[in-house]
Amino acid sequence: MSHPRSAGVTVGETDRLREVARRIRVEVIRAVNHAQAGHIGGPLSAADILAVLYFHILRIRPEEPAWPDRDRFILSKGHSSIALYAAMALRGYLPVEELLTFDAVHSRLQGHPDMTRLPGLDMSTGSLGMGLSAGMGIALGARLTGRDIRAFVMLGDGECQEGEVWEAAMAAPRYGLDNLIAIIDHNRLQQYGWPGDGPDGRIPPQVPGELAAKWSAFGWRVLEADGHDMATIVNVLEEATRSDGRPVAVIAHTVKGKGVSFMEGHYFWHTRAIKPEEFDQAMAELGEPVPDTEGGPR
Amino acid sequence: MTLQLGRPMREIFGETVAELATEDPRIVMLDGDLGSSTRADIFEKAHPDKYLQMGIAEQNMMGVAAGLATMGLIPFISTFVSFAVVRPLDQVRLMIAQTGLNVKITPGYAGLFTGRTGMSHIIVDDISIMRAMPGMVTVSPADDVEARQVLRWAAAYDGPCYVRLVRDATQRLFDDDYQFEFGRAVTVRTGGDVTLISTGAQTPRVVDAAELLAADGIDALVIHLPTLKPLDVEAIVTGAERTGQVITVEEHTIIGGLGGAVAETLSEHRPTRVNRIGLRDLYPESGPNDALLEIYGLSAARVADQVRAILRPT
Repeated sequence: MSHPRSAGVTVGETDRLREVARRIRVEVIRAVNHAQAGHIGGPLSAADILAVLYFHILRIRPEEPAWPDRDRFILSKGHSSIALYAAMALRGYLPVEELLTFDAVHSRLQGHPDMTRLPGLDMSTGSLGMGLSAGMGIALGARLTGRDIRAFVMLGDGECQEGEVWEAAMAAPRYGLDNLIAIIDHNRLQQYGWPGDGPDGRIPPQVPGELAAKWSAFGWRVLEADGHDMATIVNVLEEATRSDGRPVAVIAHTVKGKGVSFMEGHYFWHTRAIKPEEFDQAMAELGEPVPDTEGGPR
Repeated sequence: MTLQLGRPMREIFGETVAELATEDPRIVMLDGDLGSSTRADIFEKAHPDKYLQMGIAEQNMMGVAAGLATMGLIPFISTFVSFAVVRPLDQVRLMIAQTGLNVKITPGYAGLFTGRTGMSHIIVDDISIMRAMPGMVTVSPADDVEARQVLRWAAAYDGPCYVRLVRDATQRLFDDDYQFEFGRAVTVRTGGDVTLISTGAQTPRVVDAAELLAADGIDALVIHLPTLKPLDVEAIVTGAERTGQVITVEEHTIIGGLGGAVAETLSEHRPTRVNRIGLRDLYPESGPNDALLEIYGLSAARVADQVRAILRPT
């Protein structure tokens, strides 16, 4: 494991990415508030990484979502879909206003990602543990067809309790798939959690160091990052794309609910309807002015 | 005179997919560490670079297949029915059926012929499960001739499909010039007293049973349904109209499989009495193939006995 510190990213670029991440968070809160349903904590913990992926790392063409040589991204923790939709909307895959159709009937923005509905989604997900296998298939397919394509897969740390994750972890190194990059959103919370003496009467999905030790033992190159520090995320993901013959696991240390003080670090903000005063406070904390016509349930 | 044994479908699997991969560079084989049993080893010899060992990890194998399909490749799956349908069912549902990705789920070891393995490996309800799954088509060839045709069809079909193959040599039903048509039933014997409908490797045994019945003066119409989804509704209705009495015979549970499909179809389109011969609500045990067919009532003689009992109750 290593902590790359190359200063390859400008202050201007990290400022730009921070603004993208802020807007992702705003759109997440706005859409979930509008629907009065949906996940919040996970989308907020993933927002900074999604901003870096969609605005700095991924080789994609929003105007041509099916471009054959694009990098692929799979949100294996599909319950954080609204953050992905927000990142894609800001990047130009869909109108930002469409985010308010999130998980409504006939929407392209299903509660969990459905690749048959929204161009630009590289895999359907939602049943946890499956995305990395599909990412392995993409990375292997790129190899077999001689294309320089990277497959990025974001997993939750709770999701790493699924057995299939470790089947993929076992198999990918056997093919030397260094174009496969798993990003684990290590926010230390899951939906309801294991009873214990931690905050909210719960203990985290893993003990400290457990994820790094496991991925490393399975033959992966392990990188760690502060999942909310733009320069670090950029540097680590750029480092992850440098080949050394092993697939890469980036363990991103994050805070569930990041960006809204009263949502941070609490199990009950995994999924929850937002009250009007909570909406106002969240928007204020995110630096987003709220017009009088907005806010509260529809 | 009974139908003679053909070649094992599993050998046809290895050979045919190897031929297909020579014709179409998009075809690859994913193996769940059973290539020496499913005869994916034949494919591996011909195309070592297209043979992808996935290890003993079937959930991952299904997801990898989906990912490969998004890259324009055509994965065929080598494992047993138990490990292609039941164990990774959620992966098949979410990543293959719901996405409509072009993955060929082509396991061996359908039905009772699983090399004396017992109930852990004998899956009695794969047709029920796969035909109920939205987005999945289900095909059960009768013999080696039809298995080859079905595999060639599967490679050309754009979308997910489930093709159930048999481990051991089974009786040959079709001539070499037989042409499989997806979604179409085949009348394999004409008769006017009763309509027998079967699928998979059970159909040849039903044809033999019909000859035994003919000696008793019962003239059976025999329909083979290789495609269990989509169903050939017209053929089922016409077959029922011909005789007014339908009996389904399957090497599979009678709940939700062929018998269930035929009964659903006829109750909607042409209410007809349907009797179902097949596995009752049980898990089979291990044993030699012929002994299993005997104890579960699926040999030609036992099928004929049951048909007689249905038609001429004492």
